[in-house]
Amino acid sequence: TLRLIGTTTAVLRKNAGASGSEKYTEAFIKKQIEEFNLGKRHLANMMGEDPETFTQEDIDRAIAYLFPSGLFDKQARPLMKHPTEVFPEQRKIQWGEDGRPFHFLFYTGKQSYYSLMHETYEKLLNVQKHQDQLVAQDLPLQKEKRNLAGSRWLTKIELEEMLLEKVSDDDYSRFIKLLQKLVTMPCADIEEKYIQKFSKEVPVQLQKVVIEPLQYDERGVAFSTGEGKRKTANATAVVYDNGTGKITVNGIDILHYFPVLQDREQLLFPFQFLGRIGKHDMVCTVSGGGRSAQAGAIRLASAKALRSFVTEKEVEFMRQAGLLTADPRVKERKKPGQEGPRRKFTWKKR
Amino acid sequence: DDKLLTEPLKHPDFFSVKELFTLKDLFDARVHLGHKKGCRHRFMEPYIFGCRLDQDIIDLDQTMQHLQLALNFTAHVAYRGGIILFVSRKRQFCHLVESTARACGEYAHTRFWQGGLLTNAHVQFGPGVRLPDLLVFLSTLNNVFEPHVAIRDAAKMNIPTVGVVDTNCNPCLITYPIPGNDDSPAAVELYCKLFRMAIIRAKDRRRQSEAVEEL
Repeated sequence: TLRLIGTTTAVLRKNAGASGSEKYTEAFIKKQIEEFNLGKRHLANMMGEDPETFTQEDIDRAIAYLFPSGLFDKQARPLMKHPTEVFPEQRKIQWGEDGRPFHFLFYTGKQSYYSLMHETYEKLLNVQKHQDQLVAQDLPLQKEKRNLAGSRWLTKIELEEMLLEKVSDDDYSRFIKLLQKLVTMPCADIEEKYIQKFSKEVPVQLQKVVIEPLQYDERGVAFSTGEGKRKTANATAVVYDNGTGKITVNGIDILHYFPVLQDREQLLFPFQFLGRIGKHDMVCTVSGGGRSAQAGAIRLASAKALRSFVTEKEVEFMRQAGLLTADPRVKERKKPGQEGPRRKFTWKKR
Repeated sequence: DDKLLTEPLKHPDFFSVKELFTLKDLFDARVHLGHKKGCRHRFMEPYIFGCRLDQDIIDLDQTMQHLQLALNFTAHVAYRGGIILFVSRKRQFCHLVESTARACGEYAHTRFWQGGLLTNAHVQFGPGVRLPDLLVFLSTLNNVFEPHVAIRDAAKMNIPTVGVVDTNCNPCLITYPIPGNDDSPAAVELYCKLFRMAIIRAKDRRRQSEAVEEL
């Protein structure tokens, strides 16, 4: 956000509605909707299509055809959308004919947020009253524990969408603390429905990477494929079972393709880790990158392929050894005013 | 229409506000209890009855008069369809004050007061906002024990104020001060009840008068 000099925070905080609120009356929006529908029919006639079945995608295509624009920013190009999408919902005038605002907390500035706090506090008081009643009657308080592990509270952005108004970080944290206080009370089950409005389910099972089953070729030998990347090198590896430990890269034997010992060590590392050096055959294709990058790419590809041959525990061991993680390091760009990505120009005192 | 507006002004107590409370009610609600002698504000000395064991006692006779004037004024404002804004920065009574306001059909502000709410309203809310016609303070101090900014802002914007002033408050800029306790729950509940009843009475009278006029 831009910081204007010589103005107050109120000017920065004001939304589009503050300056254009005369336009956003109910009557205005209705008129806009009528004009939009008429325009849609005219457009359909112009394009020679049926006005009744003219969808939003057709409108977008027609506008793009009639008003071709080379502007880079998509939001700067000609736009024809339904008024409810164009005019933000909240900015209708908040007071009636006689000037009296509709909401009783209008003069606070953040009416939806404070009314939410008010409601939540009311629920808290209800729960306390209920608790006091139970204690007075000497009844035991309910001890069913709510499962907190599988749910999360709404994020700040989701809350903003719900309230149609900006919420600051402090306000958001205060609201969450109030909700947590409500939840920790013993008789909070009464207000379950209200609390559920603000909590979301978190899928407990993280995305489990699906290990592909083994495939069998014409000779009945089991094989599996894997893909790997490192810097700019892309590799695919096909690992065959019941082999002698022969490894071919782009149709060439590894001894000829990788003269350096370090690269061959990298290729053999997954097999050595699992103790299966002489048991598998491998045929790989690799392109791009340099010597070391290609070796790293093939290593990743072969490790991924070997997952199908091996138990889940060993897959976990491989993951912890770092065999299944793609190396994210790429060449860093050169910055202006510097010699390289990090190296600065020689500093001369005079 | 003119008759509707001028008729109530001829009577000293058109809405019979005196019947809403008695001295005993005020005493039972502990309205007379003030703060300690050290917290006393200089301008509150006329309203203090005396001091017992270092605690100030507020003169309930004066409180009765001031309360009657204030309730009468609030009722007249509500009769003429004015916007009443309840202000209080006490956290314990925030919910109570907001519910009272909602019950009356008026407005409340018990949260952090943003600087330009009254003085910069056209920028904050938008052109054509109607400002409150009366501010009712259930507690004139804010959380740092300083006078609430709204008192000064209302004076700047020519908005009349009604406020409950305790022994440590400054009653200067408030049009209708009500010397009394603002910390006990019983006292604040009593004030809320009185204001609510006064406003509802005034609005009912207005509706009756309008119905009679139409006939």
